[in-house]
Amino acid sequence: MFRWIVVRDLTLAWKGRVDVLSTLFFFLIVVSLFPLGIGPETHLLRLIAPGVVWVAALLASMLSLGRLFANDYQDGTLEQLLLTPQPLYLVVLGKVLALWLVSGVPLTLLSPVLGIQFGLSRNTLFVLVVSLLLGTPVLALIGSIGAALTLGLRGGGLLISILVLPLYIPVLIFGAGAVDASIMGSGVQGSLSFLGTLVVLSLVFAPWAAAAALRISLE
Amino acid sequence: MAGINWYKYASPANFYPLAGKMIPWFAIPAAILFVVGLYVGFFVAPTDFQQGDAYRIIFIHVPAAWIGMMLYVLMAIYAAIGWAFNARLSSMMASAISITGAMFTFLSLVTGSLWGKPTWGTWWVWDARLTSTLILLFLYIGFISLQASIDDSRRADRAGAVLAIVGVINVPIIYFSVQWWNTLHQGATIRLLGKPTMAPPMLAAMLIMLAACWLYSIAVVLARLRCTILEREQSAAWAAEAAGSPARQPSWGA
Repeated sequence: MFRWIVVRDLTLAWKGRVDVLSTLFFFLIVVSLFPLGIGPETHLLRLIAPGVVWVAALLASMLSLGRLFANDYQDGTLEQLLLTPQPLYLVVLGKVLALWLVSGVPLTLLSPVLGIQFGLSRNTLFVLVVSLLLGTPVLALIGSIGAALTLGLRGGGLLISILVLPLYIPVLIFGAGAVDASIMGSGVQGSLSFLGTLVVLSLVFAPWAAAAALRISLE
Repeated sequence: MAGINWYKYASPANFYPLAGKMIPWFAIPAAILFVVGLYVGFFVAPTDFQQGDAYRIIFIHVPAAWIGMMLYVLMAIYAAIGWAFNARLSSMMASAISITGAMFTFLSLVTGSLWGKPTWGTWWVWDARLTSTLILLFLYIGFISLQASIDDSRRADRAGAVLAIVGVINVPIIYFSVQWWNTLHQGATIRLLGKPTMAPPMLAAMLIMLAACWLYSIAVVLARLRCTILEREQSAAWAAEAAGSPARQPSWGA
């Protein structure tokens, strides 16, 4: 069942490639806007790079949340999924995994290119990729709660940002903190370990909360 | 106390008149304590030798910050009870608390920055406490806007409960991460209260104001709860009757 959901959501994502690509382009464009707004000074850009890339990653993964349940909700698939005897926890986890594979992973792979634009060193680029690889699943997991809560509500897209962005703050702090520490030449392990902790915590709690929220929204 | 049937008052119809009777018992002492607390704060408490008279804003700032934080936890507890036991009144209580909590959190941010300007020389610093209070305000806003955008009150109650519980789990994580972030970015942390000890009249004024703010919160939350009850139960005969008579007109608090 879990594998079926992942494969199904991946197939659907492949059929609607434009959505997936637009998330990536959004990420690319937002990050590229900052040098234009701030100026081409390399020193300054290197200082703000961790924050800029991470905030853009936050926004991009938030925008991709709309796809998580909305289509299945509209065509009634979600209701059927709720009726299956499978634990809803696994259903949510499968959908989140599929979403992460099509939004979080490409975004992470794209990030070194953007890092080069900001003059980051090779070592720092590596830390950036690792931090995003650990952070983006947390973003998808926490976001699934918001997506489930706002299902079918008017103004859902804006509302989800108000709900989810404050909860993203710890991920932003530790993610950008790791890259920052790498630029400053201090240890990155602390921040990365905290990110790892957040992965474990959100893996345990978030699908459960999202499942409860789905039950409430579909009642 | 054992003789009271608590379940009776879990019903909105029975709680509505009770709340109406309770409000003056909280509102009047709140008003008296505000006057006493402000008097002690302004005329009895000595001028601080470091901060001058500007420090007096803490008499409203500190109670507001405490209550803003505690009301969030209280709101989550009420919301969770309402969700778990399907107790409508408890969920309504959570919604009623959320507005007051957001107001006190906002008040603590505003008074904090008014105090910061003469004392620190700046309206805002990214101090750990300030930042986490700001995030707390964001969490309140999230809860309020989620409930406001759901028309079905049952779903609004439950969705709010999930969000409030997730928020409560997140509060310590956010607080910790902000503190960690702050020590990373700033060499010297500025303490909120420069001196470890306070003169007794200062402490007295602060505690009196804290009590006044609590009593005020309870009175206002009860008043708002009465409005919510009337709104939700408008189809019931007793509620229409209660809303129709001018004597029972609910009064809106801040």
